[in-house]
Amino acid sequence: MKNHVIRPLFVVVGLVALILIIRVFVVPKDFGVHERGYMFGWYRKSNEGDWKTFKIKYQTSEYCKDCHSEQYKKIINSKHAKVQCENCHGPAADHPEKPEKLSIGRSRELCLRCHAYLPYRPSVYAQLPGVPITLKMQDPNVHNPGIECVTCHSTHEASLK
Amino acid sequence: MDCDRREFLKVGFKTLLATGVSIGAFELLKPEVLAALNKEKGLRWVFVVDTTKCVGCGMCVRACKLENEVPYETNVSRTWVERYVMTKDGKILVDSPKAARDGFIKNDPMGVTVKKEDIDKAFFVPKLCNQCEAPPCVQVCPVGATYQAPDGVVLVDRTWCIGCGYCIMACPYGVRFFHPLYRVAEKCNFCYHRINKGMKTACVDACAFGARQIGNIKDLEDPVARIIKTERTAVLKEEFGTKPHVFYIGLDSIVR
Amino acid sequence: MEVHGELWTLKEFFVYPNEYIYWSIQIVMYPFMTGLVAGAFVLSSLYHVFGRKELKDMAKFSLTFSYALLLAAPMPLLFHIQKPLRGFNVFFTPHFTSAIAAFGVVFFAYAAIVASEIWFVNRKFFIESAINLKNASGLGNRLKGLVYRAWTLGSYDISEEALKKDERAAKILAGVGIPTACFLHGYAGFIFGSVKANALWMTPLMPVIFIMSAIVSGIALCMLTYIIIMEAKKVRILRKRKPWMISVEEIRSVEIDIVKSTTKYLIFFMIMAISLELLDLVFRGYTALKHWDILRTVIYERDFINIFVIQYGIGTLLPLIIFLIPGLTIKRAMVGLFLVLVGVFMMRWNVVIGGQAFSLTLSGYMDYIMPIIPRNLETLKEGLVGALTIMALPYIFLWMLNKFIPVIDK
Repeated sequence: MKNHVIRPLFVVVGLVALILIIRVFVVPKDFGVHERGYMFGWYRKSNEGDWKTFKIKYQTSEYCKDCHSEQYKKIINSKHAKVQCENCHGPAADHPEKPEKLSIGRSRELCLRCHAYLPYRPSVYAQLPGVPITLKMQDPNVHNPGIECVTCHSTHEASLK
Repeated sequence: MDCDRREFLKVGFKTLLATGVSIGAFELLKPEVLAALNKEKGLRWVFVVDTTKCVGCGMCVRACKLENEVPYETNVSRTWVERYVMTKDGKILVDSPKAARDGFIKNDPMGVTVKKEDIDKAFFVPKLCNQCEAPPCVQVCPVGATYQAPDGVVLVDRTWCIGCGYCIMACPYGVRFFHPLYRVAEKCNFCYHRINKGMKTACVDACAFGARQIGNIKDLEDPVARIIKTERTAVLKEEFGTKPHVFYIGLDSIVR
Repeated sequence: MEVHGELWTLKEFFVYPNEYIYWSIQIVMYPFMTGLVAGAFVLSSLYHVFGRKELKDMAKFSLTFSYALLLAAPMPLLFHIQKPLRGFNVFFTPHFTSAIAAFGVVFFAYAAIVASEIWFVNRKFFIESAINLKNASGLGNRLKGLVYRAWTLGSYDISEEALKKDERAAKILAGVGIPTACFLHGYAGFIFGSVKANALWMTPLMPVIFIMSAIVSGIALCMLTYIIIMEAKKVRILRKRKPWMISVEEIRSVEIDIVKSTTKYLIFFMIMAISLELLDLVFRGYTALKHWDILRTVIYERDFINIFVIQYGIGTLLPLIIFLIPGLTIKRAMVGLFLVLVGVFMMRWNVVIGGQAFSLTLSGYMDYIMPIIPRNLETLKEGLVGALTIMALPYIFLWMLNKFIPVIDK
């Protein structure tokens, strides 16, 4: 070989080829340009499926109503109708298998999330069919401090016990 | 003479045409409205936040963290709620302690107690990923680990992300962060696993006040799509050209 | 459990919950290192392409040094990314709408150019060494011989004609290398300049500013390292004075000549860099867009010392004065060069950390508290220890390269 000048080029071409060969084995087959084009749609298609099969934890009150129909009926006819069971009891996930028992949120802080008086908290909202509902708000420093709300109030009926 | 008239007509016709075209170009057609005009029923997820209904209970944040396995004790969150208090002396107090995971139960914006009579206006603003139509986070991902699904939701491939943080830097809304366990970019994805099974997102379900709603902008009958089309809504930081798809009712100029 | 960035971020006023200083010291190191690479190469090319004979000695050294720096340049990124083992994904599925994705290609192309140029410049030496060590004994020498034999790439042609070809090839590569070096660093500027979410970073001037300060830092580091090597040589000669050795006075005169001539180029690029930076600052103040209020408080108040005292005062103005006072001495040059490096480093710091010093809300601040004593792997990598490791790397690489390639003519 007379011309030695292009030899470094061979080395470079060899390295590029090496990367391209490794790429064939490493990159998933469904990786490529998809619906949204190269700028926004350059990805592994099967990842969409990965996310779709992510585990659901919050099952909504619909999931609870058959077994706990009594409580469900109570709350659905109360001013708490729009509050999901899982907001206080935690995510159902695979209940009753896993977890076997759900927790019961009885803390004052839980109720105060909505019922603590703040000068800027909207107090009237029209959610239940027909009537605008007024949100009961209390100053937690004045209204029986130190006692759990559930001592006197019934959550499922949204009323005094 | 004859020649002149023909010339005149030609020029006149051209002028008319040009004006017509330019008026057409200035007609304001929102892309989402255009999409809705499209008879073919497609799927494009959108979100509506009614800030006037939000009471700042933070139930949405709690539900989101538990649903999407974002470690509960960490200070990062896929969604959060901000509290804005503008006082009479012109001060604007904004905060979101622990991303409002525990709600707002004290009147202490930024650690200051504000009396009712000192307040000009105050409200809560829930935030989440805007699932932009032109997401800058996707544009800057060097390896194609984050992308936009055909239905408009921006997702992150946890098996491919190298954790460079460029997407976090590129997002004008600050919705992205590193997942403390997986050590890859993390963000709200409209509870992709739920919406694809006919459910609503965890935050929408958890909200007892109807401040959050999710729907399909390409469905003419969709109530959420109707809100966007018929009511006065706004988006956040429009100036970045990201075309966000979370629409706000009752947005204010002090909202960041 | 801590989130990435939480250990070194201090928040003030209203900052979004997910915001932290995600790009810390290693992202400061990254453009600093690539800048040194580009600058070192440009310095060597001044000789090869433009035939600046006064830079001959410097050119050969800075070419090899540029390669040592080049090998160290991706290390900050590897230290920074959360999944270092996946770093190769940049080569496998590059997404070229991202400025970082270009890194794979540009870096590779640039490495190939510099390596080829080194090969052409030192080919004669490789071949001679390969022949000399062909029948050598001892494992070390045999291995060395093997390396040289591989480096000949199978060609043993050292005829006059072949060497002429080498020279021409080196010249062409140096010519191609200049735009590539500028591109390598310009794109590093583009990484920041193209982030529209960040008010401080987003300016089309960013790549140009980065190139200019890159060349400044590269020249400064090459000169400084060159001086240190020459001083060491002097000490060695003084210790074992032999009649056939070159005299200390001779080295001193050569050294000061080289330093003086290189300083001229350094001053030119420094003036370019500072002009562009000031233009950017003036423009921002004049147009005063929405984000100017918070930018002003960051630039003129919170980061005042970093920007105006250290970067511009100590890092730019003071060295300019030092270089411009007639009768430059080696000692004075060393001080000036060191200050220039400090200035460029602070420029990187003020861009990367300064860009994150204010929140996306434009109504809150973040402070970066650099971890000094590592508490865990994260604070080790993205703290003082990590940064110093990166700083030391090019010298380790240079020392290794020096075992095979004559860095400075004996």
